[in-house]
Amino acid sequence: MDVVMLSRLQFAVTAGFHFIFVPLTLGLSLLVAFMETKYVRTGDEMYLRMTKFWGKLFLINFALGIVTGITLEFQFGMNWAEYSKYVGDIFGAPLAIEATLAFFLESTFIGLWIFGWDKISKKLHAASIWIVSIAASLSALWILLANGWMQKPVGYVLRNGRAEMVDFGALVTNSYGWSKFFHTVLAGYVVAAFFVMGISAYHLLRRNEISFFKASFRMAATFGLVTSLLVFISGDFHAVEVSTTQPTKLAAMEALWDTQRGAPYNLLAFPDVENERNSVEAISIPKGLSLLAYHDGNAEVKGLKDFPKELRPPVMATFLSFRSMAALGMLFMLLSLIAWLLARKGVLESYPLFLKIMLFAIPLPYLANQVGWIVAEVGRQPWIVYGLLKTSDAVSKAVTPMQVIGSLVGFTLLYGFLAIVDIYLLTKTARKGPEDESPIVVKTNKIAGN
Amino acid sequence: MEFQIIWFILWAVLWAVYFMLDGFDLGVGMLQKFLGRNEAERGAIIRTIGPVWDGNEVWLLTAGGATFAAFPTTYALMFSYLYTALLLILFSLIVRGVSVELRGKEEGATWRSRWETAFLISSFLPALLFGVAFGNIFQGLPMDADGYHGNLFTLLNPYGLLTGIFFVLLFLMHGALWIGVKTTGDLSKRASGFANKVWYPLLVVAVLFLIHTKFATNLYSNFVGTPVLFVMPLLAVLALLGIKIFAAKGALLTAFASSCVTILSVTFTGVIGLFPNLIPSSIDPRYSLTIFNSSSSPYTLKIMTGVALVFVPIVIAYQAWNYRVFRKKIDPNEMEQGKAY
Ligand code: HDD
Ligand code: HEM
Ligand code: HEM
Repeated sequence: MDVVMLSRLQFAVTAGFHFIFVPLTLGLSLLVAFMETKYVRTGDEMYLRMTKFWGKLFLINFALGIVTGITLEFQFGMNWAEYSKYVGDIFGAPLAIEATLAFFLESTFIGLWIFGWDKISKKLHAASIWIVSIAASLSALWILLANGWMQKPVGYVLRNGRAEMVDFGALVTNSYGWSKFFHTVLAGYVVAAFFVMGISAYHLLRRNEISFFKASFRMAATFGLVTSLLVFISGDFHAVEVSTTQPTKLAAMEALWDTQRGAPYNLLAFPDVENERNSVEAISIPKGLSLLAYHDGNAEVKGLKDFPKELRPPVMATFLSFRSMAALGMLFMLLSLIAWLLARKGVLESYPLFLKIMLFAIPLPYLANQVGWIVAEVGRQPWIVYGLLKTSDAVSKAVTPMQVIGSLVGFTLLYGFLAIVDIYLLTKTARKGPEDESPIVVKTNKIAGN
Repeated sequence: MEFQIIWFILWAVLWAVYFMLDGFDLGVGMLQKFLGRNEAERGAIIRTIGPVWDGNEVWLLTAGGATFAAFPTTYALMFSYLYTALLLILFSLIVRGVSVELRGKEEGATWRSRWETAFLISSFLPALLFGVAFGNIFQGLPMDADGYHGNLFTLLNPYGLLTGIFFVLLFLMHGALWIGVKTTGDLSKRASGFANKVWYPLLVVAVLFLIHTKFATNLYSNFVGTPVLFVMPLLAVLALLGIKIFAAKGALLTAFASSCVTILSVTFTGVIGLFPNLIPSSIDPRYSLTIFNSSSSPYTLKIMTGVALVFVPIVIAYQAWNYRVFRKKIDPNEMEQGKAY
């Protein structure tokens, strides 16, 4: 393999790994903030215990999110030096702004939240988890504006042999970035909702701490229902964004080979890349694809054959990833609707099979997040900045294949090890259930850990 | 003033503040196992940095991000040229982060002791490697029209290693004083005892560093050209002496402050010497990366200056407040009974 392939693989491994933790951070911080707010409002001890139990799981996950993020910050220079030189004038800014605006807030207030239980007032304490949560979204916003710019470059001119920023406003208001932001953050909320529902289901199945876990489940079910709907809607709007900016990606997502006006949507399809056609095409919805892609049934949708082969993304990966994401999205709406109905009636314990399904559904939103990124990133190939810079021209010149092999093996081993530790700690903590002692001192000790 | 110069100063400030803040975290990491005689003491030591270490590390991320935004060519070349060294720093920072956060997430002496060992190694390596990297930047990297002609081993030259050892000792000193200030009783005494002892090798290495700098680098030429700049290394020397004077008297907080000033002024001394280079070329000055030939466009620099001037003071304000909230000293005995919070 050459440096380009190796560097891509390394980027995919490290970014994908970071994105195991990020979605839960985004969603669970918000749920914990709701819990603590409820505690401060009502003074009900159960909400304090909820804050602490889910908070502890949040913190284990958060630690991994932090350490895997550091890698990404430096990788652009290490592996993508030509990229960094070429677009740094415009791409570096959102990254630096993210650190200044979001990471400082997040890291400082999480410290306050972990260790501040009896150092600051209850209200201020609840406020700090809110700040953490808002800062997490803020960091998502800036990084996605950066990534949104790679998907749809705006506000720049080519000058001095590179892309230079001429309109910061255009970067900040890039519709692609904002659309990505809503979709991604909501996707994170879905992860957290299913995480909380799944672990609650585990305890409900064991008839452990019933009222505690019913309350947790109920909260997460409401959250899950709303966010699954919204992630679906935002995904739909995002698809329109994609089809107008990156016709090649849309064609690959849908495995559409021939340009068509009023293109139908095939519920069942399977691409045959070699022969540039689909080997399976069934259950067609007339005008479905035009409607999806442009919100207009008669719109023309470009097919892959309209583009030279070397400008097409890998069709199979993009297509399969997009299909699974969309299918999972529907499944989440269904599951969270049932969950919400059962939780509202208060009859969860009588449906052990459903509880079991919810337990085993925990990994699914994670999967949807990962394949979502595959759609976004693989579907953009061969471009690293769409229409502007090819991935193959972006890689570092000074770096040798041996170096990247070394780092790739290193990251894989280290991350593999971290994944084991993380899963071990999360399962153990989740199984154990909430602490029951009430003196606040002892509990803070437990939650803070060290 | 030109934006490039503003950003050069900001760049220096970000690195200097990073070393000042994370310097004691790294020192604490190296010392935890040696100064903490038992579970409770080691717990207390790590607790001193618990609420702040991540906030400190973000100064590094910001320094990296700012290099990218303001001097993209330098960001690109520096990080790809120093690939392996940087990778080792990254691995260490990853391990360090999880050591701090996960050590207490489970009962059991083996679990803790393993993370403590990981914490030790992953604090030592970045301290050393940041020194090595900066030593080499001060010297210049072998780069010309064909790119870079070095590797990890060319970085491990005598001057690079000397700078690395200098950084390690500086952070050991800094960390010991921090533990001394932030804890009580025996532990605090032991920490200040260590600081008093490690000061001597630090002084020796600092002197060697100053002398070797004369021969290995071009750093002094800016000072010779504008003698008033000698204030900065002078301040570094005075602050270094100050550490000993105050530490010997037991005025640990003042000694710690001196240590902060030492780190800041050492970093500024190096960076002033570099100006206007960010990374000089050691083989052909025409290929040095300067703040003028590697910077972003004036428009980007202007925007980023606005962002920095508005937000960095806000960051400093709430971080300072955070330090104030956690100003109480930590008593290992109370740690044991789970009451230290
Ligand atoms: C949608 C959200 C999202 C996306 C796409 C990314 N991140 Fe991230 N990142 C977060 C959301 C986030 C977060 C939720 O805000 C984290 C997780 C834990 C934390 O402290 O913040 C975080 C942590 C985090 C940290 C550690 C901050 C600290 O020490 O406190 C760094 C350096 C990065 N990220 C950098 C990146 C880079 C360079 C990315 C792109 C290549 C990236 N992240 C993608
Ligand atoms: C954190 C979530 C992210 C995930 C999970 C992710 C996933 C991926 C994947 C799977 C690839 C491999 C594509 C391929 O090799 O064909 C990739 C490539 C890449 N992505 Fe992302 N990505 C993420 C965020 C970002 C962001 C926010 C940026 C930019 C700021 C970015 C920039 C890149 C670059 C530079 C590459 C390498 C070139 C390429 O192969 O496309 N990614 N990413
Ligand atoms: C069924 C409805 C859904 C639709 C129509 C949809 C649509 C899309 C589209 C078009 C992209 C590509 C974005 C790009 O190229 O930049 C995308 C990306 C993504 N999707 Fe979805 N999606 C859906 C459901 C989900 C679900 C349920 C999740 C996770 C819980 C999810 C998580 C993601 C993520 C993390 C990305 C990558 C980030 C981004 O590009 O915004 N999606 N989605």
